[in-house]
Amino acid sequence: MKSISELFQRFRQYVMAFLLLVEILFFAVLSEYFLTPENLLNITLQTSLIAIVSVGMTMVIITAGIDISVGSVIAFVGVITAGFLKFNMPVYFSIFLAIVAGLFVGLLLGYFNGFFITKFKMAPFIITLVAMSILRGLAYIMPKFFGFEEGRPIWGLPDEFLWLGSGRILMIPFPTILMFLIFIVAYIVLNHTKFGRYIYAIGGNLEASRLAGIKTDRILIYVYMINGLLTALSGILLASRLSSGQPNAGLAYELQVIAAVAIGGASLLGGKGSIVGTFIGAMFIGVLRNGLNLVGVSSYYQEVILGLVILAAVLLDQIKVKD
Amino acid sequence: MLLLRMSQITKKYPGVTALDNVDFELERGEVHVLIGENGAGKSTLMKVLSGAEVKNSGKIFLEDKEVSISNPIDAQKLGIVMIYQELNLVPQLSVGENIFLGREPKKKNGLIDWNKLYDESIKYLSKLSSDINPKKKVETLSVAEQQIVEVAKALSYNAKIIIMDEPTAALTTKEVAELFKVIKWLKSQNIGIIYISHRMEEIYEVGDRITILRDGKFVHCCKLNEITREEIIHKMVGRELDKEFPKKFFQKGREILRVENLSRKGVIENISFSLYQGELLGFSGLVGAGRTELARLIFGADKKSSGKIYLEGKEVEINSPADAIKNGIALLTEDRNKQGLILDMSIAQNVTLSNLAGIMKGLFIDKKKEKDVVTEYSNDLNIRTPSIYQITRNLSGGNRQKVVLARWLFTNSKVVIFDEPTRGIDVGAKYEIYNLINNLLEKGIAVIMISSELPELLGMCDKIAVMHQGKIKGFLDHKDATQEKIMILATGGTI
Repeated sequence: MKSISELFQRFRQYVMAFLLLVEILFFAVLSEYFLTPENLLNITLQTSLIAIVSVGMTMVIITAGIDISVGSVIAFVGVITAGFLKFNMPVYFSIFLAIVAGLFVGLLLGYFNGFFITKFKMAPFIITLVAMSILRGLAYIMPKFFGFEEGRPIWGLPDEFLWLGSGRILMIPFPTILMFLIFIVAYIVLNHTKFGRYIYAIGGNLEASRLAGIKTDRILIYVYMINGLLTALSGILLASRLSSGQPNAGLAYELQVIAAVAIGGASLLGGKGSIVGTFIGAMFIGVLRNGLNLVGVSSYYQEVILGLVILAAVLLDQIKVKD
Repeated sequence: MLLLRMSQITKKYPGVTALDNVDFELERGEVHVLIGENGAGKSTLMKVLSGAEVKNSGKIFLEDKEVSISNPIDAQKLGIVMIYQELNLVPQLSVGENIFLGREPKKKNGLIDWNKLYDESIKYLSKLSSDINPKKKVETLSVAEQQIVEVAKALSYNAKIIIMDEPTAALTTKEVAELFKVIKWLKSQNIGIIYISHRMEEIYEVGDRITILRDGKFVHCCKLNEITREEIIHKMVGRELDKEFPKKFFQKGREILRVENLSRKGVIENISFSLYQGELLGFSGLVGAGRTELARLIFGADKKSSGKIYLEGKEVEINSPADAIKNGIALLTEDRNKQGLILDMSIAQNVTLSNLAGIMKGLFIDKKKEKDVVTEYSNDLNIRTPSIYQITRNLSGGNRQKVVLARWLFTNSKVVIFDEPTRGIDVGAKYEIYNLINNLLEKGIAVIMISSELPELLGMCDKIAVMHQGKIKGFLDHKDATQEKIMILATGGTI
C-alpha cells in the first residue's frame, strides 16, 4: 500500500517544478523583458553563487546538520584569494595560486567544523555559529596583512581573474556552467555512489549507521569539507564578480542557501532531501528576485515575499507529516 | 453494568481495513487481555478507544452511555488512559511535574503551588505502595519506576480504564511481580484494565478474560481458565504451529569464535567462552547483567578495557563495528528501530547498507544487482512486502527483524549475535525467526542469542551461559537446563 505521504513525497518535485513554471509564466506576463534569453541567462548567473553553496548545504542538511558559517566563509575566502592576487608574481601563476589557496582554506574550514561536530559532539548549529563569527571578524582583519586597510576591501584585481565571474563560453556565463556541472556531479554522488547512500543513512539514523559498519565520523567530516570547498568556490567567484575581496561579502547568504534547500524539500531533521529539489528551490528564489526587480518591487518587500514563499513550501511538507 | 462496550468498530486506512466490525467489552475490576499478531488490530482498537485515532463506524458505550471520543482529551475526560510501551514521560522533568503536566495546581497569584503538587504526587504514589521521591527527575528512574509514575498519573486523572501496552517488555522478573501487585490493587479499586502482551505465562497469571483478534477481525472472547495456551496461539495465528520452538540439532563444527577474559571496566568482567560452527549459544541473565554490553564489545560498538577475541583461531583486533563486520561478526540489536534500521530508507537500501562493495560496478552502485540480491533475500526470508523499495517504517516488527537479518546474511557473517530477537514480535513471526536461526546454523554459522524469555532459551539453545553482575556464572547444556537452574545462577547463586 502506498500511503498518501509517499505519493506526495514522490510527486513533490513535480509539484515544485510546476510551481516554478507558474512563477516564470507569471513574470513573463508582467514583464516582456523577463523571458528573453539574456535575462534567463542572467538569472542563472545571479543564482549560481547561492546555488553552488546550496549543493553542499543539501548534503549537510541530509546528514541532519547545518552550516550557518557559509556567508562568512565566502567573505573570508574572497579576501584571502584577493590577497594572494596582490603578490608580485606572473599573473596566471598568481591566479592559480590564489584559487588553490582559497579552495584549500574552504576545505580546511569545513574540516574544522566536521572535526568539532564529530569528535566533541558539538551541535552543528553552535560550532558553525562560532565559525560564522570568527571568520567574519577575520575577513575584516585580513586586508591588513596584504597591505590594505583593516576592514577595507582588497581591490585592483587582475583582469584575467575577473573572467571567472563574468566570462562566457558559447554565450553562457562561466559560473552558470560551473553550477550545472556541480549539480550533475552532486546528483550522481548522492544517488549512485556509496558515499551518497551513507549520507542519507547517517541523516536517517546515526547510531544505526555506525552499527551497520559505516565510519560515520569520517563521512560527516567529508560532508562538511565538501560544503567548505563549494562555499570557497562561491567566494572566489564572488570576489571575481566584485573585482575585489570584500570583508562584508556574503552577508546573510546562509539564509538564502538554507531557504533554497528547504524549498527543495530537504528535512532539517535529516535523512531527506534531493539535489533536484534544491536546484528547483534555488531557481525559484532566483526567478523571484529577478522577476520582482523587473516589476519594480523594492528589496524590502522582496524579503517579506521570500519569507512567505519559504513558509508556504514548508507548510506543504507538513501535509505529509500529519498523514 | 458493563464498564465499557465497544460495538462493531470499523477503522479503514487507505487501502486497508485495520478494524472490521470489532466488538470488545470490559468489566469493572477486570483485567482483560487483548491479543493478536502484529497487524491484527489491537493497537488500532486501543488508539480508537484512547482518541489517538477516529473510528469510521461503530459505537462506544461507557457505563451503558454512548460516548464520542474524537481526541485524546475526550478520552482523558472520560477516564480512559493509555500507557504506551515507549513511556510518554518528559525525562528532564520531575516525577511530580510529569504527573501534573499541563494541569499543575496553582496558587491564587497564578504561580504553581509546588507544595501541593508534590504532596498530591506522594498521595498517588503511596497508593501504589511506591516510595519514589516526586522531586526526582524521571530520567534517573528505572523503566519499572517510570511505569509506576505513568500509573500514578492515570490515577490522578481518576482513570476508570487503564490500557497497558506490553508493560513487562523491559522489566526484570522481580519488577514484573511488583507491577502485578499494582495491577491487583487497581482491580480492587474497580478500575478496568486492558492488557496487551505477547507473553503467554503472564497472561494467565494476571488476566481474567481474553479477546483474540486476527486480521482486524474479532475471533474469540472467553475466560482465561477456559482456554489453553495452544488454543490461544491457534486462534491468533489461524493455523497450527507444530511446536512453539522448532529446535534442531546440528553437527558441531570447528571453533569459530573464542573470547578470552574480555572486560570493560564497571560493566563486564573476565568473560571467556568458545563458540562453534552450527552452535546456538544462549545468554541469560537479569536486565543489567551485562549481556547486551558483552555483545556490543564483541561487535566493537563499545571499547573493551582488556581481553582478546579470536576468530577461527586467529586473534583479531576489533575497534569498531566496521572491523567486526569485516571479520564476519554481525549484531542484531535489541532495539531494531533505533539501532538497526534506517526507518526512512527502503528495504533494499537497508539490506545492502553494510556491504555496498558487494553491489558496486566501479564507482557506482549497480541498482540492477541490488534489486536481484535483495529480491533473493526477501524471498528466502519471506519478507512480506509489496515491494523491496517499500520504506522499512511501514513493516511489522517481524519483517523489520528479517530485513536486518538479510543485511547480515549479505555480509557473509560467520557469527551472528541476536539481542532479544523476538521482542515485540508476535507468535507466528517468532516461529519464523526461530526457523531462520535454524537455517543459519545449518549453513555452519555460529549464533549467539541473548534473551530474557527463558522458554525461548530453553527451547532453542544448545548451551546457555548465565550472567550475573557482569560475569558468567555458569553454562548449562540443553538437556540439563531448567528455568530453576537459570534463575539460581542469574540471581548470583551456584548449583
